[in-house]
Amino acid sequence: MTVPIQCGPDETFVLNLGPQHPATHGVLRVKLTMDGEYVVKAEPVLGYIHRMHEKMAEAGTFAQFMPNTGRMDYLSALSYNQGYVMAVERAAGIEVPERAEYIRTITVELNRISSHLLWFGAFVLDLGGFTPLLYAFDDREKILDLLEHVTGSRLTYCYYRFGGVYNDIDDEFITGTSDFIKRLRSRLPSLYHDLVTGNIILIKRLKDIGFITQEVCRKYGATGPVARGSGINYDIRKNEPYSVYPEFNFDIPVYSECDSMARYMVRMDEIEQSMRIIEQALDKLPDGPVMAKVPKALKPAAGDCYAAVEAARGSFGCRLVCDGGKGPYRLKLRSPTYSNLSLFGEVAEGMLLADALALMGSLDLVIPEIDR
Amino acid sequence: MDTSIWRPILYLIGIMAFAGINAAYLGWCERKGAGHIQRRIGPKEVGPFGLLQPLADGLKLMSKQLIVPQGVDDIIFRVAPILAMIPAITSMVAIPFSANIQARPIELSVLLIFALASIAMIAILLGGWASGNKYAIISAARSVSQNVAYEIPMLITVITIVMLTGSMNLEEIAMKQQGGFWNWNIFPIVGHSIAQAIIMPVSFIIFFICSVAETNRAPFDMAEAESELVAGFMTEYGSMGFGLFMMGEYLNIVVGACLTTVLFLGGWHGPFGLTSGVLWFIIKIYILIFLFILIRWTYPRTQIYKLLNLSWKVLIPISLANLLLTAFFIKVF
Repeated sequence: MTVPIQCGPDETFVLNLGPQHPATHGVLRVKLTMDGEYVVKAEPVLGYIHRMHEKMAEAGTFAQFMPNTGRMDYLSALSYNQGYVMAVERAAGIEVPERAEYIRTITVELNRISSHLLWFGAFVLDLGGFTPLLYAFDDREKILDLLEHVTGSRLTYCYYRFGGVYNDIDDEFITGTSDFIKRLRSRLPSLYHDLVTGNIILIKRLKDIGFITQEVCRKYGATGPVARGSGINYDIRKNEPYSVYPEFNFDIPVYSECDSMARYMVRMDEIEQSMRIIEQALDKLPDGPVMAKVPKALKPAAGDCYAAVEAARGSFGCRLVCDGGKGPYRLKLRSPTYSNLSLFGEVAEGMLLADALALMGSLDLVIPEIDR
Repeated sequence: MDTSIWRPILYLIGIMAFAGINAAYLGWCERKGAGHIQRRIGPKEVGPFGLLQPLADGLKLMSKQLIVPQGVDDIIFRVAPILAMIPAITSMVAIPFSANIQARPIELSVLLIFALASIAMIAILLGGWASGNKYAIISAARSVSQNVAYEIPMLITVITIVMLTGSMNLEEIAMKQQGGFWNWNIFPIVGHSIAQAIIMPVSFIIFFICSVAETNRAPFDMAEAESELVAGFMTEYGSMGFGLFMMGEYLNIVVGACLTTVLFLGGWHGPFGLTSGVLWFIIKIYILIFLFILIRWTYPRTQIYKLLNLSWKVLIPISLANLLLTAFFIKVF
């Protein structure tokens, strides 16, 4: 009788990545089952900073929820402002003046650039390069100064109002913005592309690593640069145009390589496209009021509406259900990184730890937005 | 007879001072250098130009409690940081700073330094293992495979130097490179064939890459890849345990720079054959150290398997070919 071969001890071990770990950029915890340096199973664990934003929306008035939107994705807060404001405007049937829409576009695109710059720095930091982070922060600082000038805050903006914006932009902001674009245009090729994009170590770390196929993207509902890096040409600004985006001439960068490098390139190209949009918007900026006439206490009729915007990380959607009261009856938020993170477990399987973390960096996670 | 007593004491003090100052102030240089590379100022608050910063850091580290976590191998956990520091200081004994400034003339000093460098790797292994932390163990395993991989091309390259100069004594190797930079091992134009002059720069580059990898410096800092492994083998270390590891790292850089200077850059000889002395030696090692700092703050980190591939598939074949060609040219010409 043959003796069955005895299996050796279980050779995998569990590595708790986070909630406090330099690579997770926040309180994300990933339970990794490792075989040596290979990831056998990756399981993101959420809930460390859940703040019940959706419930908070139900408890207050429409205006009271406004500041919360800037505290979900604190890196592209204005997109979230815009998504919520658009949903409420749709529900209440408010027409936004054209100048206000232009100002929204300019500021939201500036915010997108600042978000991508921060991602660029943090991503290269994940790959072990510290210096590009500070160069990117140098440029980002200029954007924060500009936005502080008009919005009054530097990070968690609450600038848009139902029916317009809080504050008109002035000449200082306009000249400052065009100066900034000139400056970033001159710095992008040398400080960003020569130093980082063309670096052989970076290319070897990103090329052909971290494949996210189109099927996986569709399965998990990935949007934004993650989907566009997998060859899915989907951008709400083009597919379901809102605000004044149809009036501008800009491209949606799409790369079909599906690897981490493709996602990197999408974001770097998006910075340039955002600059194009801002330039056109500054040229065409119409005169007029920046606020529509809106009653003090909004009481939209009972109904159900949805508004989606293209935030820096993907499509952000607001589903607003009203029952005729002063506040939302139900507000369902659809945040992009929640979907983008959920594909991590499937894609990271079988990868090396360092590559899996590079993949995680390329997803551009903002944890407070996943854990709303 | 008098000198035989004073010589060791003098050199002991000298080497300890040199090592201590370097270990402390390279940290300052690194931070200042990184600061200027990144358009910052770097440390500036403590003392003029932040020069007292290392002192303040040292005080802070020493005043902290050495926390020994539960479940660690207590003795090894405490010994490992010391073990990281000692080989680096010890190997300075064999380094010829100038014609007569060498703590102890040792016939096989090249061999001694490499033997001691391997002990420093064991310190990382022990520290990582004793910590009982998963990140630390991964880091320790990485650092061992990295050191094994990079010691081979490094030693093969050193053999070419030994063959060229016919000695394993660092002082003799430096003496052979007397004269201008055309006599140095990096461009041995005079006294050797042209082919040799082409081969040696390649050797130098291999040696330099290996010494960056051996000292666990970025872009090869697999052992302490902070975005992957938190702090690698140092994760559980606080207080002076961490401090000793840091100092050991900087001292390894100094030893690596000294070795490169003696083996390739003519030791204490001036570049144009006019002057020579300990000053030239110091200048050369600090240029090399600056290069280390510049590389660290410019490039992202490689990946452990790419790193090993670089060694096994690129550096080792090239250095072996180098060795064979050198042997051939020495025999033929």
